Amino acid sequence: MDVASAKMLGAGIAMIALAGVGVGMGTIFGSLVTSVARNPASRASVFPLAILGFALTEAVALYALVIAFIILFV
Amino acid sequence: MAAEGSNSIDALGQFQLHSALGAVGGSVNFTQSNLMMIIAGLGVMGLLWMGMKPRAMVPGRLQSAAEMGYETIMGMCTETIGGPKSRKYFPFVFTLFFFILFGNLLGVFPLFFTFTSHVMVTLALSLTVFLLVTFVGIKEHGLHWFTYFVPQGIPRALAPLMVTIEIISYLSRIISLSVRLFANMMAGHVMLEVFGSFIVMLGGLGLLGYFPAALSLGVNTMLIGFELLVATLQAYVFAILTCIYLHDAVHLH
Repeated sequence: MDVASAKMLGAGIAMIALAGVGVGMGTIFGSLVTSVARNPASRASVFPLAILGFALTEAVALYALVIAFIILFV
Repeated sequence: MAAEGSNSIDALGQFQLHSALGAVGGSVNFTQSNLMMIIAGLGVMGLLWMGMKPRAMVPGRLQSAAEMGYETIMGMCTETIGGPKSRKYFPFVFTLFFFILFGNLLGVFPLFFTFTSHVMVTLALSLTVFLLVTFVGIKEHGLHWFTYFVPQGIPRALAPLMVTIEIISYLSRIISLSVRLFANMMAGHVMLEVFGSFIVMLGGLGLLGYFPAALSLGVNTMLIGFELLVATLQAYVFAILTCIYLHDAVHLH
């Protein structure tokens, strides 16, 4: 296998991290829906936390993306 | 830039720096990134100055925007940092939030450069936060601050391991804070670039390519809306994480 194709494969493999991110995001918004359904009055206080969790989880996906870009282009 | 006729997408070319303001800028390495920082700073000052000038009881649009920003950050500071000293850190968090917010939002406009898409810029910002947090912690607690690295109620045998982990996690804040912002902004602009190149490439195929080209134009339009969300969200996350770190420094856990 030459280096160019190994790079392509490596970038693809780096994106496996998205599986974990998908699970994490599902957990965050699933919990948000559950908690708002149990106590609709708590929406205002719970929503910012969910957004914060979303941003932190999304960052993990972007770390993987950066690694893939480093493999591909650097 | 968009691939003209070629089959490769130059997604990272848009982040290249070049000097701005002609020969004067070139001689001092003044890049378009610096220019955008100045524009962002002037934009924040303009918003606050123009917004607060009327001092109306019933605020207009600009005044509501300025007041809303003030109230959001003030609420974030008092709630997250907590304690009577939280107002002291408000100016820093406010400046940080609005500088990053304007940098992110200006980057969504065509022909404008996003300075937060460079890891250098975000690393400088996160280093500032890190050094400030460490300085505040040592100033507030003296040498007692170092107990921050020793979690309470752990077995004595585990202490060396836990302290090492705590120190590593404390230091990794610099990287996580900077890479989060940089990666979010870079990834968004790369996606815009990729879908923009799709439009050009598919449009070049003739009649067969027009439908997928229109589809990717639609995707690009949605992505710009998403970018506006991400720009605001990341500025918010940067500010609230700064507040959380300041809370740790002021209260030690």
